[in-house]
Amino acid sequence: MTLATLDKTRSIGSRVGVRPRAVAVGALALIGTFVVSVFGLGTGDFEIAPVDVVTTLFGEGNPAHEFIIGELRLPRLITAILVGAAMAASGAVFQSLVRNPLGSPDMLGVTNGASTAALAVVILGGTSTQLSIAAVAGGLAATLLVRLIAGRALHGFRFILVGIGMAAILTGISGYLLTRGVQMENARALLWLTGNLDGRDWGQAVPMALVLAVVLPFLLLACGPGLRILEMGDDSASALGVPVSLLRNGALLAAALLISFAAASAGPVLFVALIAPHLAKRMSRAPGPNLLPSIAVGALLLTGADFLAQHALDDQTLPVGVVTGLLGGGYLVWLLTTERRAGRI
Amino acid sequence: MTGHTPRLSGSAMTLAYDKRVIAENLSVEIPDGSFTVIIGPNACGKSTLLRALSRLLKPTTGTVLLDGRDVHSQPTRAVAKTLGLLPQSSTAPDGITVAELVARGRYPHQGLLRRWSAEDERVVIESMEATGVADLTDRAVDELSGGQRQRVWLAMALAQQTPLLLLDEPTTYLDIAHQIEVLDLCAELHETQGRTLVAVLHDLNHAARYATHLIAMRSGKVARSGPPSEVLTAELVEDVFGLPCRVIDDPETGTPLVVPAARRRTGVEHPAPAVP
Ligand SMILES: Nc1ncnc2c1ncn2[C@@H]1O[C@H](COP(=O)(O)OP(=O)(O)OP(=O)(O)O)[C@@H](O)[C@H]1O
Ligand SMILES: [Mg+2]
Repeated sequence: MTLATLDKTRSIGSRVGVRPRAVAVGALALIGTFVVSVFGLGTGDFEIAPVDVVTTLFGEGNPAHEFIIGELRLPRLITAILVGAAMAASGAVFQSLVRNPLGSPDMLGVTNGASTAALAVVILGGTSTQLSIAAVAGGLAATLLVRLIAGRALHGFRFILVGIGMAAILTGISGYLLTRGVQMENARALLWLTGNLDGRDWGQAVPMALVLAVVLPFLLLACGPGLRILEMGDDSASALGVPVSLLRNGALLAAALLISFAAASAGPVLFVALIAPHLAKRMSRAPGPNLLPSIAVGALLLTGADFLAQHALDDQTLPVGVVTGLLGGGYLVWLLTTERRAGRI
Repeated sequence: MTGHTPRLSGSAMTLAYDKRVIAENLSVEIPDGSFTVIIGPNACGKSTLLRALSRLLKPTTGTVLLDGRDVHSQPTRAVAKTLGLLPQSSTAPDGITVAELVARGRYPHQGLLRRWSAEDERVVIESMEATGVADLTDRAVDELSGGQRQRVWLAMALAQQTPLLLLDEPTTYLDIAHQIEVLDLCAELHETQGRTLVAVLHDLNHAARYATHLIAMRSGKVARSGPPSEVLTAELVEDVFGLPCRVIDDPETGTPLVVPAARRRTGVEHPAPAVP
């Protein structure tokens, strides 16, 4: 056998803990989110200097600034941060569960479930509370259906194929619903379907925060370590004492809850759930679902995209979903070409 | 077989994937402290049997008993501290290093807070040194050769430190020297630490050399089991594998040595081998 020598200068324990790169990615994304937030809060019809934004955030600003930031701009920003984090966490769990970097809830029909149900409510002229409830119920129902149809094979292609089928069917139903709606409602529906943070207030931020406060600790503490082991395959994970199907179902439910509430708050903003965990994994180069770095990147992505949506064009604001669609699609095309050139796909 | 019931056994098991029945009324006993080797042709159900014994596959009828209790009624983590399994094929997560993968063998021993203990440190180093992968510590597993990878997975299974360890083809992908090395390691684990080992092997001569107990399987049934010298006969090999052969004494160890019969070419005059 080869002369087995172990570099004893570093312990195994120090080699198997959290990777420094992953910590750096998470920290940088958080700093980035803060910077974007400060600029976002200061930009608009009434400009506020970054220093004043920070002092206001720490409760030392003047009343005018406090009103503009605290009442007008902060709720939307907080919603963006929370929704971005929730979508990214959900995407990270989905990608880990189906063992496929493209296996995001957007692709697997979960987000479509939320949109279709919400659309039905809009067409029927429901209130925005009803819309939110419908979106959550729709997302969960779609997840449950895909889960039942795919059977035990939650990993691998079968789940993905059933999910893609579900997404296609729901897109069809959404299209049908749009043909049934009258013009006014359709405009509102289309705006919602694109994903939009306009006019979001504490009514959207608070439920999202509550869901995150319950679901994230569950994902991080109860599911995280097991999900990392699960990436070694069902048999190995099971042999190591991971309760495979319990973990799968628990993590799937948690991820579906997050994406459904996120869609209820901001509409089905495309690509954040797909791209954020992907970027985080690529940058941190660490195995496992990389939940914390993904969450930070997700928050940065959505706040950044919303900043662009509000201020990129001088004369009008865009729905944030337009920006994430352009950025996410661009990233995907870039990724596919570089990976192809590198011979990895 | 000794009078008392062994720690691990399966009785009257029906093993099936969905509707597809692989084995019916299959019973096996793994003698305590043995190095049991399972042999048999491809697709006869060896891996399926190991999966059933390690509660990855629930028998549709019959039971697997571990320490006198149905393995499926025991807590997953408790079973994982007693019974380890190295599956025939496993996937290494993208970008994982050798140290990280081997350290995952400690998962069942770690609590909710998952503190890395001095014990974890010691066991992981020992496992890596025993399998000769200590110099690969910081390498990415997906960049290793097939044989290196196999030894890393074996190190992971060893780090789990279970008194019973099931290995599905641990020597596949290894060159002859590493095959012997891994088998010697298994023999040593079994002799010095009293671990009970079960391994699926395709090399009958290795099986004969290292096994203290041999189970020969054919299409979901145990064709014969017992000490290698009793199990491994020319008639059994012909029966189980359909391979005409001679069995002679291994000049090194005196264990049975299977020598396949020479190929008979059609149309070419070939002197019949002189059977002693
Ligand atoms: N996950 C599965 N689903 C359905 N059938 C399976 C599955 N795994 C194995 N089988 C079938 O069960 C039978 C026994 O397979 P098993 O893997 O136990 O064979 P084996 O003896 O280990 O063979 P090998 O020497 O090739 O590893 C085969 O016919 C195989 O096709
Ligand atoms: Mg097999």
